Amino acid sequence: MRPILMKGHERPLTFLKYNRDGDLLFSCAKDHTPTVWFADNGERLGTYRGHNGAVWCCDVSRDSSRLITGSADQTAMLWDVQTGAQLHTFTFDSPARSVDFSVGDKLAVITTDPFMGLTSAIHIKNISKDPSEQMSESVLVLKGPQGRINRAVWGPLNKTIISAGEDAVIRIWDAETGKVLKESDKEIGHKKGITSLQKSVDGSHFITGSLDKSAKLWDIRSLTLIKNYTTERPVNAVTMSPLLNHVVLGGGQDASAVTTTDHRAGKFEAKFYDKILTEEIGGVKGHFGPINALAFNPDGKSFASGGEDGYVRLHHFDQDYFNIRI
Amino acid sequence: MVSNGGSKIRWGELEEDDGEDLDFLLPPKQIIGPDEHGIKKTIEYKFNDDGNKVKITTTTRIRKLAKARLSKRAIERRAWPKFGDAVHEDVGSRLTMVSTEEILLERPRAPGSKAEDSKTAGDSMAQLVKGGAVLMVCRTCGKKGDHWTSKCPFKDLAQPSEGFVDKPPVAEANMPGGAVKGAYVPPSLRAGAERPAGTEMRRRNEENSVRVTNLSEDTREPDLLELFRPFGPVSRVYVAIDQKTSDSRGFGFVNFVNKEDAQRAIDKLNGYGYDNLILRVEWAAPRTNSHVLKF
Repeated sequence: MRPILMKGHERPLTFLKYNRDGDLLFSCAKDHTPTVWFADNGERLGTYRGHNGAVWCCDVSRDSSRLITGSADQTAMLWDVQTGAQLHTFTFDSPARSVDFSVGDKLAVITTDPFMGLTSAIHIKNISKDPSEQMSESVLVLKGPQGRINRAVWGPLNKTIISAGEDAVIRIWDAETGKVLKESDKEIGHKKGITSLQKSVDGSHFITGSLDKSAKLWDIRSLTLIKNYTTERPVNAVTMSPLLNHVVLGGGQDASAVTTTDHRAGKFEAKFYDKILTEEIGGVKGHFGPINALAFNPDGKSFASGGEDGYVRLHHFDQDYFNIRI
Repeated sequence: MVSNGGSKIRWGELEEDDGEDLDFLLPPKQIIGPDEHGIKKTIEYKFNDDGNKVKITTTTRIRKLAKARLSKRAIERRAWPKFGDAVHEDVGSRLTMVSTEEILLERPRAPGSKAEDSKTAGDSMAQLVKGGAVLMVCRTCGKKGDHWTSKCPFKDLAQPSEGFVDKPPVAEANMPGGAVKGAYVPPSLRAGAERPAGTEMRRRNEENSVRVTNLSEDTREPDLLELFRPFGPVSRVYVAIDQKTSDSRGFGFVNFVNKEDAQRAIDKLNGYGYDNLILRVEWAAPRTNSHVLKF
């Protein structure tokens, strides 16, 4: 396959997200402008100007009309996907790290970093249909974990929130009461900070990637460990194919060590694993920096990777990929 | 020239006021195609820094990458006007490019093979030949389709005397007297010459060190020990490790207690597929010419 290279960003990529139809690809980077691309040919559709800091995360509503972004400028913003207009700004006292729309797009969960004596927190916001009625107040604020919360997503039926972060513990919170329902076991869980978390398409399980050079597959309700994928580099990004039983891990050595070592030592490939056999299927090379973001097109026929090198690489699979047997 | 005045501006007047925005003078952007081959031409005009008019023709080929069934909403979105920074995008900016490099999903090992798959050197060579590698001619021994020059088992032997380069050593050994026209062979190495027993003795007392190269980067000493132990008692295993990355540097040494075991290991494992690579196993110390006649 010949990947499409998109170099609209001037700084390292942080997050990639496809909309539900799989025709738009949203990219966030440490430069201040999230960008939307056509997912088939990689053409830039537009940029969302307004943030004043690195943008860490984004999510798009099911009908592809609203975009929410979380940024290091201590805000999370709601945007109109079509025009790039700012609809609302949620301000916090610390950088916003992760954002996620609930099922139905009526709620959003936003996590904030520990900052200037503040601890990290998970905020739940109501999202109104009409942006003019949008309120800034949080419905619920969850606190407790030490260190940064790198990712928080909604559980089944919006009843729970799953969070993971630097303390290497995965927590399932009750979205109504704000109590911790489950915590991942220290023995079987990750040993180092969790960098990424992604739900499966059907929402029955999720995968976490960690700096301990492994990725783990968990049941979303019982938080039981299902599978473990070990690799030889810190995992920055994980995603799962919606079509085949494939798991993709992206990572690489720490960006600060890249220039001091041989380029082959970086291991900047996206590694494909069989989800069930946990066996490596193959690697896709191309980035010349660690991979920070991965996203699978909802049709399972292409995937995008974003690297520390500032490039988004859009890969449309060859037919061979669908015939892989291990 | 009053008759020429009005809306039309003469080119002669242009150079005097170059600070003005003269974009309205440029012909409009033209898009031709895409034709049946998917070739689309975009012709744009602009002024460069020297004030000269530049015509930019961008030819792009539109390829259908995937058969996508787009939803109605997605087709609508396709027609959305650009916004943000994408509005004022130069044709020349080339934010989106198709990689010139063909990227493959690199399998950690050949499809269908297991990690434990044991192949002898002969098998893998036979497969190589089957795979159309008939152009493979060893420059050292002249054998066709058997091995590459760098993999020649006679490489070390051939180096000291140029005479061996042209003809396969197999023929060499059968020649009476071992003499080749034009090449000097020292008397001690000629066929029938009595070789001092000392060299052979000395070899036997050596450590029987075997050099293993083309190891995969996650090979460690225990892996190598596991691989070589079946051939006989091993006295030392060493894998060179890169100090910075703590990956294997791709080579190592194995010392056998018995020389015969080492030879068997070399015979068996040279060309053996280990991990995803083909091992190269050979004697660590360059061998002496005393062995030429064995072949």
